[in-house]
Amino acid sequence: MIRVDGRSDSKSLIRVRGLNKTYTRGGEQIQVLQGLNLDVDKGDFVAFMGPSGSGKTTLLNLLGGLDVPSAGSITVDGDEITHMSGSKLTHWRARHVGFIFQMYNLIPVLTAYQNVELPLLLTKLSSSERRKHVETALGVVGLSDRMHHYPRQLSGGQEQRVTIARAIVSDPTFLLCDEPTGDLDRKSAGEIMVLIEELVGKYGKTVLMVTHDPLIAARAHTTLHLDKGVLVEAHQLEQGALAGGAA
Amino acid sequence: MKFRSLIFANLFRKKIRLILTIGSFAIALVLFTFLAVVKSAFNRGIEIAGADRLVVVDRVGLMQLMPVSYGDKIRAIPGVKYVTHDHWFGGVYQDEKNFFPQFVIDVENHRQVYPEFIVPDDQWNNFAKDRQGAIAGANLAKRFGWKVGDRIPIKTTLYGGATWEFNLDGIYHTEKPDGDQGQFWLQWKYFDENVPNVIKSTAGWYILKLDSPDDAVRVAKAIDDKFANSSDETKTETESAFAAGFAKQFGNIEFLILTIGSVVFFTLLLVTGNTMAISVRERIGELAVLKAIGFTDRSVLFLVLGESLVISFVGGVLGLLLALILIPGISAALTGLLPPLLLSKPLLALGLVFALFVGAASGLLPGIGAMRMRVVNALRRV
Repeated sequence: MIRVDGRSDSKSLIRVRGLNKTYTRGGEQIQVLQGLNLDVDKGDFVAFMGPSGSGKTTLLNLLGGLDVPSAGSITVDGDEITHMSGSKLTHWRARHVGFIFQMYNLIPVLTAYQNVELPLLLTKLSSSERRKHVETALGVVGLSDRMHHYPRQLSGGQEQRVTIARAIVSDPTFLLCDEPTGDLDRKSAGEIMVLIEELVGKYGKTVLMVTHDPLIAARAHTTLHLDKGVLVEAHQLEQGALAGGAA
Repeated sequence: MKFRSLIFANLFRKKIRLILTIGSFAIALVLFTFLAVVKSAFNRGIEIAGADRLVVVDRVGLMQLMPVSYGDKIRAIPGVKYVTHDHWFGGVYQDEKNFFPQFVIDVENHRQVYPEFIVPDDQWNNFAKDRQGAIAGANLAKRFGWKVGDRIPIKTTLYGGATWEFNLDGIYHTEKPDGDQGQFWLQWKYFDENVPNVIKSTAGWYILKLDSPDDAVRVAKAIDDKFANSSDETKTETESAFAAGFAKQFGNIEFLILTIGSVVFFTLLLVTGNTMAISVRERIGELAVLKAIGFTDRSVLFLVLGESLVISFVGGVLGLLLALILIPGISAALTGLLPPLLLSKPLLALGLVFALFVGAASGLLPGIGAMRMRVVNALRRV
């Protein structure tokens, strides 16, 4: 169950309260997020939409522990991450977050196998255990036969599949997808979305996704819009628009 | 070493750049090693000097000769065990370029003062009996293909410029393999018979062996006091101080080598540092992704340092191998101009340490930059 009113119970997997993020640019304070609330349960699939500069990626960075908020709190699976030190946050990210980027961000000199193995190098798993995990992850994304290919030898859709395999190989608590289909053609985008839906439906993964594309957003359980620094649900946005139109 | 594949994959990203960087490392290491062996060659006399030996020279300078009668007077001073004297012969073999040190030695006492030079007894006895006899160091004999029994003509640049002929009666070795085995010895008596009158009955310098090294200061003072206000006042010093002074006659070699060495060091540091900085800048986005997925700041620093250390290690080893091949050739080509250039194991180890130090130093700044990079900012640039 996804809520943005800040009144959910404490069982949510991700719990955000009063989140603020302010940037200073050229001496001017820009408030990107203003007291944002969010509750996401395990197995939810939520899409964030909004115009450019509305703070979607900022929100994703905060949820993934890549950035720190100006105020407010983020609690994931009972751990409050907003006050963690840099190194604690790094270890937390390794255990709990799987990142899927728009530009894939694979290491070009490593094979698909080696790219997927990267997060496991930080664990105590043996080489054979790592191999098992990597092969499983590549199997889930349907690239078992491409594991020794370099990114330049793969199509855009296949590269994004490798990114997804890298994101899920360490079995993180949730996945953060920043425009996962933004660089793909419609067919490949559809295939990636089928894969993400499978991760949610079949493997019970929690997915938070930023997208500009309403068709892609429609595949999520819930679409939330970032409006004036807070999250609103689609129907609230429509009501607001209607109210504005009536006025 | 789980990050090994990542380090090596990154290194081979730009193969030409990698080869050029390793090449510059190797060339710099050859130069560094060459400078180090030259320095070591000049200091070898100091390093092998006996702690229980003193050298007496004329206070005016090394080229000023002293009466040979000083020997007995020095021997009479308490604490002096043996005394011998040497002369500089200053000749060339066949050609001007075949220069090597030739010493006119005092046959009776030389072996007692210099026990580290080993001559088989039968060869020594032949030499002692043969006025025209000579003994050559093993390296010198090898250089010219001499063997015992050969007749060796030496044209002296001093003492009238005549060609003197010697019978090679023996070949000496040293206790340590890196000892000086490039000298040529001839008998003082034969020398004394054939030099102009003004040089007869003289010694170039005296070398004395003490009962105990603890007596060095007292004995040196006693000798210099004994000959004070005479026509040939003396200057007595330890053999190592004498060797250091002798090396300084060639100029401030140490300073020269240090200066060139510093230029090599900083150039190499800048070249490798620049390469590493470019390499890190080119893949700042990739490093950001690594940090995003959980690589710690320290791991990122380790990756960058690992790369620069591998480059420096490979470049260093290649450079040292090249030096092992080139330096004996250079040494042979410079015979007569420089003491023998010997590339010892400690020098090789020093070369490798130098290479690794430069590698670590050049990777440190880009590594710290990558370590401190903010993931969010770096990802925005991708």
